[in-house]
Amino acid sequence: MKALKKIYIALIMIFLYAPMLVMVVFSFNASNSTSVMSGFSLKWYVEMFRNATALTALRNTLVLAVTSALISIVIGTAAAVGINSMKKRWLRSAVMTVTNVPMMNPEIVTGVSMMLLFVFVGKIVSSSSVLGFPTLLIAHVTFNLPYVILSVLPKLRQTDRHLSEAAQDLGCTPASAFFKVVLPNIKSGIITGFIMAFTLSLDDFIISYFVSGAKFQTLPIVIFSMTKKKVKPDMYALSTLIFVSVLVLMILMNVLQARSEKKERKRAKGSEG
Amino acid sequence: MKKSSLTLKLINAPYMIWAVLFIIAPLIMVIYYAFTDRSGAFTLDNIKALSSYGAIFGRSAWYALLATVICLFLAYPLAYIMAKSRASTQRTIMMLIMLPMWMNFLIRTYSWITILSNTGLINSLLKAVGLPTAQLINTPGAVILGMVYNFLPYMVLPIYSVMSKLDKSLVEAAQDLGAGKLQVLRKVIMPLSMPGVISGITMVFVPSVSTFYISQKLGGGKFLLIGDSIEMQFQSAYNYNLGASLSLVLMLLIIVCMLIMNRFADNEEGAMII
Repeated sequence: MKALKKIYIALIMIFLYAPMLVMVVFSFNASNSTSVMSGFSLKWYVEMFRNATALTALRNTLVLAVTSALISIVIGTAAAVGINSMKKRWLRSAVMTVTNVPMMNPEIVTGVSMMLLFVFVGKIVSSSSVLGFPTLLIAHVTFNLPYVILSVLPKLRQTDRHLSEAAQDLGCTPASAFFKVVLPNIKSGIITGFIMAFTLSLDDFIISYFVSGAKFQTLPIVIFSMTKKKVKPDMYALSTLIFVSVLVLMILMNVLQARSEKKERKRAKGSEG
Repeated sequence: MKKSSLTLKLINAPYMIWAVLFIIAPLIMVIYYAFTDRSGAFTLDNIKALSSYGAIFGRSAWYALLATVICLFLAYPLAYIMAKSRASTQRTIMMLIMLPMWMNFLIRTYSWITILSNTGLINSLLKAVGLPTAQLINTPGAVILGMVYNFLPYMVLPIYSVMSKLDKSLVEAAQDLGAGKLQVLRKVIMPLSMPGVISGITMVFVPSVSTFYISQKLGGGKFLLIGDSIEMQFQSAYNYNLGASLSLVLMLLIIVCMLIMNRFADNEEGAMII
């Protein structure tokens, strides 16, 4: 039974990792084929660093991910505080329903609907296309917001409402009560929200595809136009590098988490004894 | 007191404005474009044109349904095994499932061509051992495989998170009362894990039914899905009005599916899924 479980997990992992393995192996291919291996070479990694389009796109992607995540956590945290203090149930439920729309709608519909809005407004405002960095930024903040709100709200619910009131009784203004009392309590939720927003934005293709213009392209969009033709192994090299950086980051986070859990356990034991 | 409630209203204002401008207004735009022609005059032509898309809608729903069912059958045992193993094993498997999601999905999907193509890895292997080669790429099977591959984690995660929080004393109580392993699974674990299953089903079905990249690459453009038709109207045919009416129907289709799903799930947050 135990062996059967292990085989089952192994099979699923093979299924999930086979294409990644293919990608890593062919990024070292000596020829420019992605189907026949003809020897080991690092030339595609060198080539990749010469690919100006891909590098610009990588920079654009990072800029967009950081800006959209930052804007999302500011608006999203404020929204969560507002939603949490809403007294009318119907209003709260209405706001939550609207908040869930970008999460539940298929991405293609979100992308298309925003494109229609931008095209419609663009026709009124100017004659040239408005699609570019600003429209991408708006779209990314929009699909990030629900994730930020949903990761901050539970933390707010756990926070004792009376704490902020007590701080105000003791002479804090509502604003300083928020920054000194509420914010430290919901910090972990905001950080989770930021990480989620950042990675969602980094990886998004479908929505970006509809709201981006020729002037500002992100990496997924560049990859898409490259996979329309035959892909050369330099794309695999770039993806391998990104994958390895993510892997290192994940292992690091895992180790840190395990260590802090160990510490906590030790502390719990200490207080018992 | 009055002052603080005013600040609370103000703090919410940016988001309210944002939601009206960029969540609600775009949806109104879809409806507007669907019911107008190029010059902006009211018309029902875009809706009438949908009748020729019946087969494509049917195919999309059918492929997405198959992919969802396969994901469910693959994910459920996996989540069950995970929830019953040690904490460190759980964390490792979890990380292994999440990791591929960090890789660009276009590249991951493209890599399957290397494996499935006529001169690809599987067919080379078949040839090497003397077996006849098979047509794998550009088939409906390849499209469904692409969907299962891309969206399987979305099924595993919600089921696992419900199962790992299951009250163990319920299982023990059932065992004390004489239930066998299979009975515990069927009568205790399965009903209690339903919320995870339901959210897994929506999280796999929605992206599957609306995909266009997977069908383009692994289906070779031969098995058009509804996502392909929408993409075409916006990126090559430039008929935004027809594209909008297709999107509108896709959206309605999904809302109907979710309402049906909601009847099976009793969720406490009334607004969570519409």
